[in-house]
Amino acid sequence: MLVAPSLGYLVLSPMLIVFAGAVLGVLVEAFMGKTHRAAVQFTISVGVLLISLQQLWRIRDISSTTAAVDSVTIDKAGIFLQATVVLLALIAVFLIADQDNFVAQASAVPGSNEEAIALQQKNQQTEIFPLFLFAVAGMMLFPVATDLITLFVALEVFSLPLYLLAGLSRRKRLLSQEAALKYFLLGAYASAFFLFGAAFLYGYAGTISIRGISAAAGSANDVLLLIGIVFVSVGLLFKISAVPFHSWTPDVYQGAPTPITAFMAACTKVAAFGAILRIFYVGFAEAQTLWRPIITVIAILTMVVGSVVAIAQRDVKRMLAYSSIAHAGFLLSGVVALNKDGLAASLFYLVAYGLTTLAAFGIIGLVRDSTGEVTDLNRWIGLGKKSPLIGSIFAFLLLSFAGIPLTSGFIGKFAIFSAAYQSGNIAIVVAGVLSSAIAAFFYVRVIIMIFFTDPVNDSVSVIIPSVKSKISISIATVSSIVIGIAPSALLTAANNFANFIK
Amino acid sequence: MAIANYLYLSAILFTIGAIGVVVRRNSIVVFMCIELMLNAANLAFVTFARINSNLEGQVIAFFTMVVAACEVVVGLAIIVTIYRSRRTASVDDASLLKR
Repeated sequence: MLVAPSLGYLVLSPMLIVFAGAVLGVLVEAFMGKTHRAAVQFTISVGVLLISLQQLWRIRDISSTTAAVDSVTIDKAGIFLQATVVLLALIAVFLIADQDNFVAQASAVPGSNEEAIALQQKNQQTEIFPLFLFAVAGMMLFPVATDLITLFVALEVFSLPLYLLAGLSRRKRLLSQEAALKYFLLGAYASAFFLFGAAFLYGYAGTISIRGISAAAGSANDVLLLIGIVFVSVGLLFKISAVPFHSWTPDVYQGAPTPITAFMAACTKVAAFGAILRIFYVGFAEAQTLWRPIITVIAILTMVVGSVVAIAQRDVKRMLAYSSIAHAGFLLSGVVALNKDGLAASLFYLVAYGLTTLAAFGIIGLVRDSTGEVTDLNRWIGLGKKSPLIGSIFAFLLLSFAGIPLTSGFIGKFAIFSAAYQSGNIAIVVAGVLSSAIAAFFYVRVIIMIFFTDPVNDSVSVIIPSVKSKISISIATVSSIVIGIAPSALLTAANNFANFIK
Repeated sequence: MAIANYLYLSAILFTIGAIGVVVRRNSIVVFMCIELMLNAANLAFVTFARINSNLEGQVIAFFTMVVAACEVVVGLAIIVTIYRSRRTASVDDASLLKR
């Protein structure tokens, strides 16, 4: 006699709502005429994200936490991470709604007649919205998945739409398609490593649940466990772009449409770090002697390489890509800390970093000349004099990345390094502080460039943002400022929610 | 015990795939190498299911096949778009972003 398993729809509902919205979006894309389609798609996206957020708020204190026969665990930290993903996605969707950044028909060959006609007749496809929602839903599933197969499926569900989204830029289409190809090939390569590692963990523990792996740790042949941990980590470290698996990041960040880069940089980090934190804190904690030295070295390498290589960059998107690599290193020191403070600090850092990144890429999308966005830093010279408001917001965001006091970046770094210090990992703290100092150099150099150098006679200017972009950039900036000046509310929340159920 | 041989085979297939991705230049072939790696993982899962005498590994093999099929759809879409705009599928020619 088969008994139907209980799924736990209530705790799954935030994810299911987003999935349903994505499916609805596909149908709208297929059956609706072009006149109102973009507005309807946008409404669906914002609507499902809001409902999902409200549902997350409702289940925040719930006691029963496992769902779908133990393959998903919605615990405190899981709810916090999901809410972070949804909030950041909600801000990002206003940037993405600027259809001007996306190709009218992705199937048309760049430069062809077909493309020109599609633009002329305003046959703008809106498939970015369902793809975006699928990616968000996958990102919500990834940090709460507690068995290997759910992790793998979630990884693919959020990666596959992102590969496609990276290739949909309207201008510089060849660059964009190339970014999609690189992202796809390297991403698929990394997920194959993840899957192979998962097979060995299963072989070691006899179960695919990460709690089962934790329970089995130390019982038998450690070689299988070590192979499994190494290969699974390769897949995960690729997603957060840790050195030496970072080579795709600058190319993809530069080639992808800027709103997508903003979304990807902010939300993928949250989802992937959520999963890494859960796997290492819950699944591999018993085997920490095997992986902590390796991850410590990788964290230090990531910080140093990210900060040093960023200095040499001439393209603002590439520079921020290397800065995001350095930030991945800082966040990894929260993973190796392996204590409650490390988890709380990582949660705080992810929110602060996500908001700052969204705002920064939002502003990059505004700096243009007649052919489209200008990302060459040499042409940004004197921009702050042409448009003081945008210039000063960007300068503030860079200072926040650098971690100057009174910004959210400073509080995040301080919290994460003190957690690492508590766990006795002095080397990582020293490396972190040193690379923050190196990083401050190139952030400040950009600020000097845009404010204290005379503008060259150039056609580059800051366009007047659409209402939606304005909403998005201002919400992200204001919340980043507020978190920097009054961090206690978010710190308390992160502390209260810093709890994985083992 | 002969069953370990399946694990060796799986490791060999995975290595062939992993090396192929690095050394081959045609993006379709690179992609096939990635599929080979996924199938090597599948073989490992099924073998471990036999060793552990439970079914989870076999079920995962089915999931992997579905996911691999989705990857084919997305991957070929991207490769074909690139081919249509450049008349080449070599990963070396895709180098506009390297500066």
